[in-house]
Amino acid sequence: MKEETKKTVFDPLVDNNPVVLQILGICPALAVTTSLSTALTMAIALTFVVSMSNVFVSLIRNVIPNNIRIIVQMTIIASLVIIVDQTLQAFAFELSKRLSVFVGLIITNCIVLGRAEAFASKNPVGLSFLDGLGSGLGFGLVLILVGTTRELLGSGSLLGIPILPLVTEQGWYYPNGLMLLAPSAFFIIGLLIWALRSWKTEQAESPAYRIHQVHRHEVM
Amino acid sequence: MEAYLNLFIKAAFIENLPLTFFLGMCTFLAISKRIETAIGLGVAVIVIETITVPANNLIYQNLLKEDALAWAGVTGVDLSFLGLISYIGVIAAIVQILEMVLDRFFPALYNALGIFLPLITVNCAIMGGSLFMVEREYGFGESVVFGFGAGFGWALALIALAGIRERLKYSDVPAGLQGLGITFITAGLMSLGFMAFSGIQL
Repeated sequence: MKEETKKTVFDPLVDNNPVVLQILGICPALAVTTSLSTALTMAIALTFVVSMSNVFVSLIRNVIPNNIRIIVQMTIIASLVIIVDQTLQAFAFELSKRLSVFVGLIITNCIVLGRAEAFASKNPVGLSFLDGLGSGLGFGLVLILVGTTRELLGSGSLLGIPILPLVTEQGWYYPNGLMLLAPSAFFIIGLLIWALRSWKTEQAESPAYRIHQVHRHEVM
Repeated sequence: MEAYLNLFIKAAFIENLPLTFFLGMCTFLAISKRIETAIGLGVAVIVIETITVPANNLIYQNLLKEDALAWAGVTGVDLSFLGLISYIGVIAAIVQILEMVLDRFFPALYNALGIFLPLITVNCAIMGGSLFMVEREYGFGESVVFGFGAGFGWALALIALAGIRERLKYSDVPAGLQGLGITFITAGLMSLGFMAFSGIQL
């Protein structure tokens, strides 16, 4: 049991990461990572929503008829997201403005519905909570990695605190403006996937089409 | 009229949903292996987006906005916090209705789009379209144009990516970058290309 619990929480971090292996929840991973603070907020918000929705879906899993379960799950998720959205607007208005529509889009984040459907509707409450926590952390890890890279290289700071002294302030670092624009997010995640799959080679996809090597003696 | 044309170009190219706001990424990356399926999904997204954004606009303007219930004699009520749950409900319902209507009256189209329709409910491009409509306070006419433009831009990017990926499978990609990795890099290059549109002055 102990081993299984540990696996539920830590498996999504590297071995079965939701973003880079399962292609889930990519939109926020790309969109809110221009600075570390928005990335952290998003990671915390999503971890909360996915673990709580797992708990509630798991609680009612034996009561809900099978054919309306998706809409019930959507309602639970939407209610949780409204709580997060209202809390952010009340206590961190500045951040909530910067996240703009992406807090609301947690509803359509495939990680949340995916975990509710694939795990929580079949497993007991405690384990479902841990599964949600693990998925949220795996998602958060990627967000923090991308957010750190983009903010550090793009504006020379982390969480708004200057790390690399900028040229405009008599330092030596020329900020790389591309890091704050949309394309860099794609490149960073692409490179992250490349790095991870070179380390864990079993995650690499086999090519869809292999060029047949013709050796000279076959031709002759 | 000109304002609507500008809005269309802005929604479809300058603020292209997948390549500048990263909306609908999961389906964008997962269903772009073949051009035919990409066209099917693209058309479905255009249709749903053109219907749901104006529908959510009506709901927002007449029910949820502050003092919107004045026509029913209720004033001083602000229900906009119910927005998220209403929009997703409307989207899910419209997708379901459209699926039934297509199944009943246009079986050929239903067979072509069939598998993609339920997927679209959780496509963040659709939900994102409605949320942008609220955030930017579009009117009804504008939201029709915005919905169509956003859907068109999404479909355009999807079909373009599918075209590139069909060619890409014959290329010699390093083992770790195979599949998802190279798709991300390709999407990044396309996004760089679409940034050229941001120079358009409207």
